[in-house]
Amino acid sequence: MPRADTTRRELLGAGAVCVTAGALATTYPTARARAAASDLSPAGEAPVTPITLQINGQSATVGIEPRVSLLDLLRETLELTGTKKGCDHGSCGACTVHIDGKRVVSCLTLASRCEGKQIVTIEGLADGDRLHPMQAAFLEHDGYQCGYCTPGQIMSAVALTREGHTGSDDEIREWMSGNICRCGAYPNIIAAIRDVAGAREG
Amino acid sequence: MENFTLARPRSLDESFAAMRAPGAMYIAGGTDMMQLLRDNIIAPPGLVDLENLRMTEISSTPDELRLGALATMADVAANPAVRSGWKAISEALLSAASPQIRNMGTVGGNLLQRTRCPYFRDTGSACNKRVPDSGCPAIEGDNRDLSIFGGSPSCIASHPSDMPVALVAMGARIVLRGPGQQERVIPLRELYRLPGDTPWVETNLRPREIIVAVLVPASPAARASTYVKLRDRASFAFALTSAAVGLHIEGGIVRDACVALGGVAPMPWRAEAVEHALRGRPATEASFAEAAARAADGATPVAGNRFKVDLAARTVARALQIAAA
Repeated sequence: MPRADTTRRELLGAGAVCVTAGALATTYPTARARAAASDLSPAGEAPVTPITLQINGQSATVGIEPRVSLLDLLRETLELTGTKKGCDHGSCGACTVHIDGKRVVSCLTLASRCEGKQIVTIEGLADGDRLHPMQAAFLEHDGYQCGYCTPGQIMSAVALTREGHTGSDDEIREWMSGNICRCGAYPNIIAAIRDVAGAREG
Repeated sequence: MENFTLARPRSLDESFAAMRAPGAMYIAGGTDMMQLLRDNIIAPPGLVDLENLRMTEISSTPDELRLGALATMADVAANPAVRSGWKAISEALLSAASPQIRNMGTVGGNLLQRTRCPYFRDTGSACNKRVPDSGCPAIEGDNRDLSIFGGSPSCIASHPSDMPVALVAMGARIVLRGPGQQERVIPLRELYRLPGDTPWVETNLRPREIIVAVLVPASPAARASTYVKLRDRASFAFALTSAAVGLHIEGGIVRDACVALGGVAPMPWRAEAVEHALRGRPATEASFAEAAARAADGATPVAGNRFKVDLAARTVARALQIAAA
């Protein structure tokens, strides 16, 4: 049985790479990545090319087919499953990550175009056990119900605050429009963002 | 999604060479491309990535704005010169897509975004644009979002982008480079083709040609311009109708006017009848309403989109009021 303080992610990922507790391994065996890629694309004949990505401050070398999205690479190969797949068409924002400091949807990003860029995922926000202020604010304001869209909401919210689009609730709503929440937690999400933005100004 | 090879050239000439591979396509920001690939709307054996060509410059002189084809939608929208001298471009971009997509999408890619017609986007449907001569279910089917101008019995798909509407209103030109060819410059309007009986040919680009930049003339009308977009929800939706309008008013008289419509045609639709009706007339609400009514001149709606005829005129009327304010 897992200990009481075991996280949900550790529980789900039991036996697999543990992302929260351990550092991201610096090199992923190409064979493993190849297997993951071919799981996604059984017909694949395109060359599997090794690429090196900077993810949450760590370097990861993987061999992937050109068609693999950054989202699939994160989730299926690197087991960074905090980034969620919703629509896989750029409409829902669940897969939002930061590339070179800018928020993007990882489902519409080819992983093989990310070499040399700095990628930050939801796993890279906290400082050890200390949550990022936006993560803490989402907890405080109950900014979710099922939680599936939450990593994307938080990644967008962090970027939006940095961009300075927190002047009013309307401005926050407009600049959070790329993140959909089917549970309808929007009022609490806005309260969380307002809280963090206010603390910054104050 | 089918497999493909990915070339990452570092120069225009390397790009032209990589495009020699049969069926290869260019990819820029990839926000539309990735959806088309994932849904098997397109399945090129090779992609040629333009990112390393840079071409991200945004620069302006008193006479002209130059947008590199790889400048992101977000960077153009936020550019101070664009916001003051060519306001409708910034407003159109900010009304488009989502902040994440605008950080990825490029000027050139936005000009070439493919239609959102539901039959084009569904490989289970016939579509003359996707499979030549397979038929057009839209004409009798779900056509609410589609064209009221410029369609044909083969295709009534509408162009979905916002920024090109502002660019066409302002008389923008595009700079093109192709293999073994000097730079050529054409009006943006001439990039696009109406569907006729070959709706699968959408542009007048030559084989392997690349859009390098967009040039937009400065004018008092561009400075006093605005973009109004009507859609089914408040944000992150394609236009039902939109209007880019620029007005140069002096002494209460409209000296110059530029007007283009979005969401209503296979390309950004210049509303010359409206412009004509505005020039030399007093800048009053009555004359704006009269001119705006001309926006629907020549419309050929189908069953599901008749509402766009009135809506387009009202969109123009609203945009004129805002631009004149």
